[in-house]
Amino acid sequence: MKDIILEVKNLKKYFKTPKGMLQAVDDISFSLERGKTLGVVGESGCGKSTTGRTVLRLVEPTSGEIYFEGENIAALSKKALMKKRKDIQMIFQDPFSSLDPRKTVKNIIAEAIVENKMLKDKTAIEKRVLHLMETVGLAERLINAYPHELDGGRRQRVGIARALAVEPKLIVCDEPVSALDVSIQAQILNLLKKLQKEMDLTYIFITHDLSVVNYFSDDIAVMYLGQIVEKAPSEALFDNPRHPYTQALLSAIPVPVIGKKKDRIILKGEISSPINLKDECRFASRCIYADEKCKSKSPVLTEISPNHFVSCYKPLNF
Amino acid sequence: MSKENLILEIENLVVNYELEAETVRAVNGISLSLEKGKIVGLVGETGAGKTTTALSILKLIPDPPGIIKNGNISVDGQDIIHASIEEMEVIRGKDVSMIFQDPMTSLNPVFTVGDQIAESIEIHEKISRNEAFKRAGEMLEMVGIPASRATEYPHQFSGGMKQRVVIAIALACNPKLIIADEPTTALDVTIQAQVLSLIKDLIEKNNASMLLITHDLGIVAEICDEVAVMYAGRIVEKGTLEDIFNNTKHPYTEGLFNSLPNIDDRNAILKPIKGLMPDPTNLPRGCSFAPRCDYCTDICEIQPENRMISHTHSVACSAYENPEFSIVRGSK
Repeated sequence: MKDIILEVKNLKKYFKTPKGMLQAVDDISFSLERGKTLGVVGESGCGKSTTGRTVLRLVEPTSGEIYFEGENIAALSKKALMKKRKDIQMIFQDPFSSLDPRKTVKNIIAEAIVENKMLKDKTAIEKRVLHLMETVGLAERLINAYPHELDGGRRQRVGIARALAVEPKLIVCDEPVSALDVSIQAQILNLLKKLQKEMDLTYIFITHDLSVVNYFSDDIAVMYLGQIVEKAPSEALFDNPRHPYTQALLSAIPVPVIGKKKDRIILKGEISSPINLKDECRFASRCIYADEKCKSKSPVLTEISPNHFVSCYKPLNF
Repeated sequence: MSKENLILEIENLVVNYELEAETVRAVNGISLSLEKGKIVGLVGETGAGKTTTALSILKLIPDPPGIIKNGNISVDGQDIIHASIEEMEVIRGKDVSMIFQDPMTSLNPVFTVGDQIAESIEIHEKISRNEAFKRAGEMLEMVGIPASRATEYPHQFSGGMKQRVVIAIALACNPKLIIADEPTTALDVTIQAQVLSLIKDLIEKNNASMLLITHDLGIVAEICDEVAVMYAGRIVEKGTLEDIFNNTKHPYTEGLFNSLPNIDDRNAILKPIKGLMPDPTNLPRGCSFAPRCDYCTDICEIQPENRMISHTHSVACSAYENPEFSIVRGSK
């Protein structure tokens, strides 16, 4: 039997705006096996970050259930939630704004350990911090450094050490490498992969970079305007994308190989406003295959081959 | 290659930022030339000196603390280094224009986009405001925005649309040379694809040339004719697309390629470059890349010279003193 660590059911997050309801995350469901990585991809404003934050209840869901090891996080009291957060941690996108500028590396990493009363003895805490720093590849001498003294790659390592401090089971990584240069990006990706193997971690990996997600994830969910439009094992998604949006997205990636121009599908227009959406396929206005049916009712995410889900009336076959 | 054919020629450019306590050596003697009608990519990571190089071409280096210490720059035969402020004002926006990275901050929020496009037309072509505004509408149409939106303000446009407006401003006076500093970095991939194909079409149509600054080798493969790879203020390798992508010579260029996830082979392991970029206030002696290089030997303590591999391909690496030395990408 599969060991499901996280199951999200009908999750919704709406924000009230003067113009109406902003449907940031609109009825998404997915589940995640222990020790695996789910990549969540999509463009700005598709709701991928909100999804990640809602799983930790950093953003309160409007409705829906989030089962973590069988327990519904969405229904937990504040106090019980605080305890649960020990198991679910987050790595943020921008290592420049996610670290407290007035705290040293030691205090940043130790904060969660102290807060959760995992260790009390000062020397024990310091020993643990040093161990964590070693795990993520930070030199011992940096223990009393402030964030502004560190470069982007090192800061992100501090962010990772902080997340690991409470021995989490699930880590939500929200664009952990997008602010970094490619040579540093590769260092961090390799580190995250190594940690996953060693500590049996489960990741939700949110990114807009499709080549990174392909390298990193077991399963990939493609989001568009608050909904999952396609979800499949990485290989299936890249070899055989079935949703027209996934296809356009994949074809748009610039590949660093010359003469390898694919038949690029250039999408018309831009992502529409997520406010007060109608009951229609959200991609219809940009889709070359759209017809009357697509504009009259929203399609449902359906399993069209084992583990391959698509939300489209005419999934393409290639 | 005759000189008349060059739209841009940079020789031995050195740019420092001289601060009270230290000197940042941003650009350390680069030479680069750009033929008419070509698109050249300038590739490198944060702090490599790409943007400083680009700003030098238009003498836009913030001064103080930035100083062009040495070197010659000429645009279409005209000397830039010794040009007066008035002469530069004629060149900027007319002969050479720039597309900046962040469309959210490079447009003025209190003027309509039409005004902002018309501004450079009015200044350079000495026509009336109304005529300039009409031309601005035509420019908008050219980048795929209805002319009726010329009276709107930047905040009414999305990121991709704003970047189109920035492109319209840059192309308004038919410049001979366009310097694009990471023009699509702030955009989503599907929008990036739209904008890139737009830029490429317009450059071909206007018979212009472009210096494209980017960190994305995928974009380079797609639209550039030639590539220069920068590291710590120097060009370490330069050549045609074919030279750089299929016949990689410099260990740093190799490292860049090995750091990129391969989209066709998800089981390939990433081989990052070890260590970090050197501190530009305290560059290592000799080859700046040596401390991170797997092929480093004693000889690397001497600054490597540019070596021509073929008539289009040059590399600055001392390992090639040894005629047997070669790099096979992905073999490590």
